[in-house]
Amino acid sequence: MSTVLTSAPPAAARPPSRTRRFTQRVTSPWTYAALIAILAGSAFPVYWSFVVSSQTPDAVGSVPPVLVPGGHLFENIARVFDETNFGLALANSVIVSGTITLSVVLFSTLAGFAFAKMRFRGRTLLLLLVVATQAIPTELGVVPLYIMMADFGWAGQLQAVIVPGLVTAFGVFFMRQYFERALPLELLEAGRMDGCGSLRLFWHVALPTARPAAAVLGLFTFMQAWNDFFWPLVVLVPENPTVQTALSTLASGYTTDYTLVLTAATLGTIPVLVVFLLFGRQIVGGIMQGALKG
Amino acid sequence: MTAPVPKLSFADRRANWDVKLSPFGFISPYFLIFGVFGLFPLLYTAFVSLQKRNLLDAEGAKFIGLENYRQLLFHDPYFWNAMGNTVSLWLLTTIPQILFALGIAHLLNRRLRGRTLFRTGMILPNITSVAAVTIIFAQLFGRDFGLVNWVLSWFGAGHVDWQAGTASSHAAIASMVVWRWTGYHALIFLASMQAIPSSLYEAATLDGAKGHQQFLRITVPLLRPQIIFSTVIATTGNMRLLAEPLLFNPGTAAATGGSDRQFQTAALYLYEQGFSKYDFGYSSAVALLLAIATMLVAGVAYLVTRRIQTD
Repeated sequence: MSTVLTSAPPAAARPPSRTRRFTQRVTSPWTYAALIAILAGSAFPVYWSFVVSSQTPDAVGSVPPVLVPGGHLFENIARVFDETNFGLALANSVIVSGTITLSVVLFSTLAGFAFAKMRFRGRTLLLLLVVATQAIPTELGVVPLYIMMADFGWAGQLQAVIVPGLVTAFGVFFMRQYFERALPLELLEAGRMDGCGSLRLFWHVALPTARPAAAVLGLFTFMQAWNDFFWPLVVLVPENPTVQTALSTLASGYTTDYTLVLTAATLGTIPVLVVFLLFGRQIVGGIMQGALKG
Repeated sequence: MTAPVPKLSFADRRANWDVKLSPFGFISPYFLIFGVFGLFPLLYTAFVSLQKRNLLDAEGAKFIGLENYRQLLFHDPYFWNAMGNTVSLWLLTTIPQILFALGIAHLLNRRLRGRTLFRTGMILPNITSVAAVTIIFAQLFGRDFGLVNWVLSWFGAGHVDWQAGTASSHAAIASMVVWRWTGYHALIFLASMQAIPSSLYEAATLDGAKGHQQFLRITVPLLRPQIIFSTVIATTGNMRLLAEPLLFNPGTAAATGGSDRQFQTAALYLYEQGFSKYDFGYSSAVALLLAIATMLVAGVAYLVTRRIQTD
């Protein structure tokens, strides 16, 4: 930085005036313009999908393309439910994501509590194992996992998607970090003095403390489970789909009705959009703390 | 908890057992489920990759040693084509993602009205599902009625058949990935930018350093750990691209990544071998080679980003 100073012409080396410092503090309209443009770009594909789902099918092929919503949204939604098994897909996705979310939150809280506040043999080593497994891409084991599911007779069934998702290393680590900070040992010792067993301590002391972190973990887990594509595509059949695999089947028909496909895409996005509108702040907070990985 | 005394009551003994054993009870659901459905399949992949194992063959699995690998590495042009596409898409996605994210974080790091709106808006692409997004983008990149071609036609270009060419299809797929992930990385960068003490910038301003000089000589070097993190995360993610190329051209040619395999990635090749040809042995070998390639590329990405200068 000093090189900048010495090489600058004398005129620029004079102490900055009040006005100049002021202009550097105030955000210029260009910044806003750029940010609004980026925001529009972020929202546009989702918005456009909504536009198409509110138009008649011939709107997809019109030049110039339609850019404002029409009045056919409910018609198209009705068509999606009449002509495809999207209703079943939605129900399946709710079951899968709901079960996975509850289970991940419960088991992560249990294990996280044990790792943070209980002493036992091999604790450090086991925790290290949890952290290390976070880095392993599970897609790698997809072939053997499929063979296992076929052997169990689970291929094509929801439990094939649910069971492998019941726990995550990330969840355990995330809850452990939270308990480490948020749960004072004195509270637990007091509980022990009063004759609480470990399970009661967990249920009446740890779980209530964990509520904020468990909510964030649940939020992220739900979104991830809802959006999961690869494994459900591999193990499920088109007759028993989740929302994401139903979309892929819809899009790959011989004569594709794109209004129908994009209406389904819009419908499949609504649950995460609702979660996003309600908890956008928490999601951003979680990412900025490095809590959410893709 | 207490030192052993000669006579322990039943309740005391139960409490001791409780303290000793319940931690294992608490962590066992995780380790049991992860062991069976996470770790075991990973290890089993290596074993299956040494077999000739095709669901469509009547005879069961047969141990053939490294035959799958020999075939892949020396006699399979489709595999190398897929690896080439993977590396091309990795470059086209990772570098723009990181650069755009740095720029956006820089914009977001100013005094802003409506800060929350801008921040949450950036993450909207990331929370939408990859299937929905890819189907939407495939429409936007349509040849005849696609919005992208319509916009290009204003400039006299237009009528690009995005799916047909290698370069054009890679550009289209890369744009989906960049759209989806840039905001995520921008927020990671923003978080660490806010930890940079403002006195550094004040001093630089006094020294007469302009905005972009401050950005390049203060912000970027101090963000090095996050840039390394983001690059490695993006690399491991982008080396496994599957949904985007699969759904970019849905239909009969989906698993091959276009009629000419012009955008078939290694992960998509794994999918084609495993789940449209049911050649499990071969597919597992692809999986392991892809894992090794990913580690190598992530290592390269790490070494490159580590060289960001710090004063």
